[in-house]
Amino acid sequence: MKANLSINGNEYSIDAPEEIPLLWAIRDIVGLTGTKFGCGVAQCGACSILVDGMLVKSCSMPISFGFGKEIFTIEGTSENLEFLRKAWNEGNVPQCGYCQSGQLMAATALLDQISNPTDQDIEDAMSSNICRCGTYVRIKKAIHEAVALKNN
Amino acid sequence: MSTIQKISRRDFVKIFGLTSTGIILGCNISSDNKNVIPITDGNTFSPNLFIEIHKDGKITLISSRSEMGQGIKTSLTSAIADELEADWSYISVKQAIGHEKYGNQNTDGSRSVRTILEPMRKMGAAAKMMLIAAAAKKWNVSESDCKAENHHIINTKTNEKIFYGDLVELASKVEIPADETIKLKKVADFKYIGKTLKSVDLKDFTHGTAKYGMDIRIPNMKFAAIARCPVTFGTVKSVESSDAEKISGVEKVIQLDRIVPPVGQFFGALGGVAVIANNTWSAFQGKLSLNIEWNYGENQNFDTEKFKDVLTKRVHEKGKLVPGSIGNVAKAFDDATKVIEATYHVPFLVHTPMEVPNATAWFQGDKVEVWAPLQDPQTARAEIAHFFEIPIENITVNVTFLGGGFGRKSKSDFVVESVALSKKINAPVQVVWTREDDVKHSFYHATSVQYLKGSIDKNGSVSGWLQRVAMPSIVSSFKPMSDYASGFELGQGFTNNPYKIENFRLENTKAEANLRIGWMRSVVHIHSGFANNSFVDELAFAAKKDPVQFHLDLIGEDRIIEGKSNHPYDSKRMKNVLNATAKNANWGRKLPENHGIGIAIHYSFYSYVATAVEVSVINNKVKVEHIWITIDCGLVLNKDNVINQLEGAAIFGMSLALFGKITTKEGAVEQHNFFDYQMTRMKDAPKITVEIIDAMNEPPTGVGEPGVPVIAPAICNAIFNATGKRIRQTPLIDQGFDFE
Ligand code: FES
Ligand code: FES
Repeated sequence: MKANLSINGNEYSIDAPEEIPLLWAIRDIVGLTGTKFGCGVAQCGACSILVDGMLVKSCSMPISFGFGKEIFTIEGTSENLEFLRKAWNEGNVPQCGYCQSGQLMAATALLDQISNPTDQDIEDAMSSNICRCGTYVRIKKAIHEAVALKNN
Repeated sequence: MSTIQKISRRDFVKIFGLTSTGIILGCNISSDNKNVIPITDGNTFSPNLFIEIHKDGKITLISSRSEMGQGIKTSLTSAIADELEADWSYISVKQAIGHEKYGNQNTDGSRSVRTILEPMRKMGAAAKMMLIAAAAKKWNVSESDCKAENHHIINTKTNEKIFYGDLVELASKVEIPADETIKLKKVADFKYIGKTLKSVDLKDFTHGTAKYGMDIRIPNMKFAAIARCPVTFGTVKSVESSDAEKISGVEKVIQLDRIVPPVGQFFGALGGVAVIANNTWSAFQGKLSLNIEWNYGENQNFDTEKFKDVLTKRVHEKGKLVPGSIGNVAKAFDDATKVIEATYHVPFLVHTPMEVPNATAWFQGDKVEVWAPLQDPQTARAEIAHFFEIPIENITVNVTFLGGGFGRKSKSDFVVESVALSKKINAPVQVVWTREDDVKHSFYHATSVQYLKGSIDKNGSVSGWLQRVAMPSIVSSFKPMSDYASGFELGQGFTNNPYKIENFRLENTKAEANLRIGWMRSVVHIHSGFANNSFVDELAFAAKKDPVQFHLDLIGEDRIIEGKSNHPYDSKRMKNVLNATAKNANWGRKLPENHGIGIAIHYSFYSYVATAVEVSVINNKVKVEHIWITIDCGLVLNKDNVINQLEGAAIFGMSLALFGKITTKEGAVEQHNFFDYQMTRMKDAPKITVEIIDAMNEPPTGVGEPGVPVIAPAICNAIFNATGKRIRQTPLIDQGFDFE
């Protein structure tokens, strides 16, 4: 099937199986590998992306869900994502780094919704993202830090 | 043209300290002339395999160990940079391929820093000496009038200075210094060691540009998924693949025989039915659409619940006496004022690194190239050479980033699969395990059942300790009929617990393996740490003593016990970490209602760790509120990295304590994915306070693993403190507790 995807402001014309989830279309066909596979069943958040601003687990959404919409991945940039990146750096957050694309996407979606989240907001928003290395304490701190950086 | 310099093989062996193994670490060896080292291409000075100094001053350091989140790429190279007096902003780090020229690359057992820190420092120091010699020559002054500082050599008489990059050509003509002339820096002079350096990979980690195994893309590569028999070592009886072949993107279905490793080494591969496709998802879908009939084989009756009963029965009978037992426990029990018994159980566990096992291989006749997230690339290379009869020098194993390892990626079965498939389809192929594959076909962390009997004498001290262990052995993965835990396994917290007990008896009990047994972060220490700390807590309660004081008494007087390694056990350091933890947790304070606090200590990978955990329990709903953890790991390379590792270990320990359990029915693993093999999530994560004991003059010991074993017992002890309910089995979710 011929399909068009708009990812981070770029247009991609691809040939893909009809039912392929967005994750695999993005990784294997478009070739953007920053979005990760962790479980395939909407349990871990490694594959998180934004579709028209909405946080989505791309492993569990068919490619058609992205048609005509703006897809945003870790390869992209936005004001909130840049503040988060800075805070991630300052807090030396990642260990293996594998989950962090998804964590940053979920955190971006959170800050897009709530400009100054509480601990509870952060826990609610981030608990569908697993980090097997266990960087949760740092992620939580870094989200607060990103808000602080933005407000300065 | 390269400038060639002669150096003696002996010198190199000496410099880099691996005389007995015969491995030359730190020198490029061309196969035709082992005594020659190409030093420069005119633009780069590479005094050894691990350092390249370029004319623009940039320095590339090579990380020979795999990066899986433990921060080795940053920490080990920072030690080279420190000795080299390099400016960190000029440093970049390259991952080494799997090759014996780098020495042992097995990234496992929390031993990288412990074993190769000194050689790495020496490489940096030797390079610095060569730069000094080069500058001295240029200025025509004595080397003693020169010093290295911040990427420059300084003439201490004239204050003239010269940039490292400008010394590249000259330095490459300088003799490599002999080992005995290399001096390492003093602790007080460290610039990077012991301080905090951020990961060199932060930018890639936050931009999605770090390349993990699954991110490798090669022109015309295929993707593969493999259906493996639900029962370990079962084989394919017949396969019906027409439905799979109809799936868009699927190109081929191939049967793969089991690749059986020779006794004593390697991992081989399970075999099964592979679906080759032009994308991962089609391969996954194809796999789900296969109709396979299996010969389940000899493990088809394996049922973990029944197995647990068998082991429980066995540990209640006499076992094989383990050397290291001392005194007379029977007499201690007779003379005691109190004797208590308890049986502990830890189920099978699985690593579930965030990145599933995967490997990309390209078999090209007499040549193989592999890209994979590997903890032990040299074994992978040796396996390929063995199974596919390719000369080892024709095999290139590229080590990608590891999206977590935890011991799973020490095994190269997934690499062997990828090479076998590439050979069959004559194209590069990436084998990707689904998460279900990972949960159902791993090398599992073994289950254990332990029986403990202990006595309290009239002074309220522990007078006798009997421990029986039943645990399938890792050795079973290499040698059939290995039905007892091996000596090296019992050496992980059983024969060398941190206590001083006059009458101590350890017995080993039969436990067959019906799954592939492997090792997972902290390995057998998970079992010893759980039972030992739970039982000490029970003894303290029986003796009506405060657990911290009871532990301190049990550790006993200050003493140093020499072992086989150069890391003797020092009971004072054990007490130190415990005291520090108790202080940080404000031990003894009045706790809020429904709260409880527990402690645990453990000595593993030569590091001393203590933890205190505070929980709240309301209607069987447990919240881990705060974890205080203290480590003495000797010399610290990168402080924040150690903290990050311990925070991670706390979360990892929580996952296994709260949720971790692999079970089988009729030989097949019952769990599937993160919904039934759950992980700690942010909402469960407690506050974590880490303290690192300042022991910079002690040799470095393990960091990645030692934080894990204390967590489960401390949580259970805290729950006992809160509720009076004793927990002798993990996970808590099976013990009537909940966490939402
Ligand atoms: S891969 Fe999509 S949620 Fe895990
Ligand atoms: S950093 Fe490794 S899984 Fe999160």
